[in-house]
Amino acid sequence: MMYLKAFLIGGLICAFAQILIDHTKLTPARILVGYVCGGVILSGFGIYEKLVDFAGCGATVPLTGFGHCLAVSVAESINESGFIGILSGPLTGAAVGLGTAIFFGFILALLFNSKPL
Amino acid sequence: MNKKDYIKYSKSHAPSSPFHKNFILAFLCGGTICTIGQCFFELYTFIGIEEKNVKMLVSSTLVILSCVMTAIGIYDKIAKHCGAGTLVPITGFANAMMSPVMDYKSEGVITGAAAKMFIIAGPVIVYGVISSMIYGLIYYVSTLNII
Repeated sequence: MMYLKAFLIGGLICAFAQILIDHTKLTPARILVGYVCGGVILSGFGIYEKLVDFAGCGATVPLTGFGHCLAVSVAESINESGFIGILSGPLTGAAVGLGTAIFFGFILALLFNSKPL
Repeated sequence: MNKKDYIKYSKSHAPSSPFHKNFILAFLCGGTICTIGQCFFELYTFIGIEEKNVKMLVSSTLVILSCVMTAIGIYDKIAKHCGAGTLVPITGFANAMMSPVMDYKSEGVITGAAAKMFIIAGPVIVYGVISSMIYGLIYYVSTLNII
């Protein structure tokens, strides 16, 4: 059941971005920025947490989930270490995904050449 | 021909974008990537890893898978058809960091590959960090109980 919910919610989040690409003048980069900020704002109001409970990875895998991850880790850091948590929180939340992407992305990109489509 | 007529004319001759096809492909592809993530989530929980670490491991696994698929050229082939379905999940973020490195590495490892790595991912990180810091500031003030 959880798989179906993840499929539906994740699919809808992506399909909404596709509508924005096709029917507005927004470029993909702007949409990605909007998605991350949207995730942070929705987490701030406590809405995204409910979506994560409902759809699991359907909500955490899209970029809005990345924003949610940043917001959650800011709140956690502030609870732990007070004011300095505002500064350390965001990148702590991004650390795992970003670190993995930098390391594996860079090494693999140097080893392989891009293929023509 | 005035401006209004020209816009009408150019719209009538522009190729109509296949709305339903793009929408359905993005939906299916995005949904599939999220379901794969959910499979890893259940798998890691089944092995007995803590829930907090499971979430991190799932995103790492998807990022590594995406990097491998980008390296052998499959990811870009899927992305050509699926559009936002491959762009919005975290796999697309990894792909967006990796593709410029592959394209620009001929210009040098430091000023070419490494510098261009954040050409697409950079804005996402910058705005993500700034907006969550603003949220953090509001959250911090709300925990002070002065209001």
